[in-house]
Amino acid sequence: MTAPGETALGATGLGEPAPDGTASGVAGPVRVAEHLNQALHGLLAADPGLHLLGEDVTDPYGGAFKITKGLSTAYGDRVRSTPLSEGGIVGVGAGLALAGDRAIVEIMFGDFVALAFDQLLNFASKSTAMYGRPVDLPLVVRCPSGGRRGYGPTHSQSPQKHLVGVPGLSLFELTPFHDAGRLFGHMLSLARPCVLFEDKVLYTRRMCRDGVVDDLFGYELVGDAPGWAVVRADGLTDHDAVVVAPGGLTDRALAAMRELLLEHEVACALLVPAAIYPLDLGPVLPYLASARAICVAEDGTAGGTWGAEVARLLYPALWGSLDRPIALVSGADSIIPSAPHLEREVTVQDTTIRDAVLAALGS
Amino acid sequence: MALTSALGRPAPHGVADEDLERMLLIRHFERALLRLFEEGLVNGTTHTCLGQEYIPVAVSALLGEQDFVFSNHRGHGHFLARYGDAHGLLAEIMGREGALCNGVGGSQHIYHRRFLSTGVQGESLPVAVGVALRLKRLGQGALACAYIGDGTWGEGSVYEALNMAQLWRLPLLVVVENNGIAQSTPTATQMAGTIAGRAAAFGVIHHHVATTDIDVIRGDLAPLITCVREESRPVVVEFATHRAGPHSKGDDTRSPGEIALARAGDWYDRYAAGHPERFARIDAEQGELVARIADEVAARPPSSWDRR
Repeated sequence: MTAPGETALGATGLGEPAPDGTASGVAGPVRVAEHLNQALHGLLAADPGLHLLGEDVTDPYGGAFKITKGLSTAYGDRVRSTPLSEGGIVGVGAGLALAGDRAIVEIMFGDFVALAFDQLLNFASKSTAMYGRPVDLPLVVRCPSGGRRGYGPTHSQSPQKHLVGVPGLSLFELTPFHDAGRLFGHMLSLARPCVLFEDKVLYTRRMCRDGVVDDLFGYELVGDAPGWAVVRADGLTDHDAVVVAPGGLTDRALAAMRELLLEHEVACALLVPAAIYPLDLGPVLPYLASARAICVAEDGTAGGTWGAEVARLLYPALWGSLDRPIALVSGADSIIPSAPHLEREVTVQDTTIRDAVLAALGS
Repeated sequence: MALTSALGRPAPHGVADEDLERMLLIRHFERALLRLFEEGLVNGTTHTCLGQEYIPVAVSALLGEQDFVFSNHRGHGHFLARYGDAHGLLAEIMGREGALCNGVGGSQHIYHRRFLSTGVQGESLPVAVGVALRLKRLGQGALACAYIGDGTWGEGSVYEALNMAQLWRLPLLVVVENNGIAQSTPTATQMAGTIAGRAAAFGVIHHHVATTDIDVIRGDLAPLITCVREESRPVVVEFATHRAGPHSKGDDTRSPGEIALARAGDWYDRYAAGHPERFARIDAEQGELVARIADEVAARPPSSWDRR
């Protein structure tokens, strides 16, 4: 287990945290890692019963990805660097939550959440229901996940699919469209265990705001909080295809959509939920029902996946209007190698999504 | 085992009626459960604490209302010693109206006030550390108490928890019921070294209890528990005890000699010999009480659960 020992923030460094934990206090769009850090500052400032636990999270190190930088300096022992005990610290977080506090636990690399599986599956999730009445357990476990950074097989996995379908366990994924402070507020307000997946490349990207993605695309949020981001080319109201993807796929989906529009004259809408399980498709069904092709893209290997869960929900809802099967895009059936050229071969690329959409449209 | 040396020594006359009552309530409760199973009136499984009843009765008197107790699969005695609600517990195990957890949790998943049991070995210790962290911050001297067995020491979570509890100086009392057998596997064939040695490795105070004499146990534990509260540090108390019954229902694979040895260490006969008249009276009273409770609870309608 090695820490990356580098900052995800590039040359920008950390801005002064905004009191409300949102990006609005900083001029210009901030990087996702910085935005998340500011959100945690806001949450810890606002809630004296909130704890953050994790390996190497305190200053001056501030976490392997610097997401927790400055927090221990500002909030003392509510921000606690722990022994290398993923199962133990998720249990400690659950204990704090059970006793009336709230806890956020950082797993340094999402792969290591396997070490906390018992606490998530058999204690935290089951405890919300198995005592015959709802038991509050406000706990968020943060999992930096995904490859494309060269960390190799045990530091690059997307473990989402292993946690889908656990009664009492809610899954979320960071996106560049959803305010992290509000997302954390939502997760903690559920008072049940949540896992938040945070794509490690997304950390380095910029937050989108005010409905603007780039020169070509814009977005809006639909549905009850935290809702879905609906991303489309500005000025286009119709679309040929829809891509459904969690936040970590955003950069690759957007690159695919740009090429599809400019090179192939295919208009795509991208639908990005922050709450990935349980999934409420209601707010985005109109966008899906009007598409000629639907592609669900995700990192990780195929088989028993989040994307398959999306398809499971979509088939009965859209059976009357579907022209063809829903296209599922996953990584290769492989571990994730370290060398960049090998890693590229097995991880989902923008071209993988582009080709899947074209194939689904019969182009 | 260490208990054999105590055999034949009568219990002191000072034992309180209420302690005898509580130990015998648990004894008759467990016996009734095994009987109800045989009659087909209880489904699933259960793990009785026959032979170990004195442990939670001794410990519970030293706990306060604000203390949080974690229990395991063999937890009926832990619960009855703390809260005494035999109706609610039996209703939970039988899935009847008035159940502590609406019949959802059953024998080994109880959450009632400040008592929580769960069925995965060692899982509750890190959770108890989290609760102890909260209790320490509140600064009112409350502690988290976790009952575990000797078999539980095979789980890595125990060591993660002990490490954090000692490192962070948390008020955690770990009560180990070392009955010398983990389900069917003798402790000697599943544990290298000793529990004392393992506690020492973390610098955690360890205390060994080899008697079934409740007042002696309390006298020894009281200053240790004060230490947990006032110095905010973990303590491991290991009871050398005997499982006088099977692991669950009819699954005792021990030899007749081994079972006889376990039963020879039973507190029941020792207290009966030490206080014959009082014991006989209370034993009869508690037996009748539990029989009435069993009849009453068995006649109740099934529990209902709102799954919302």
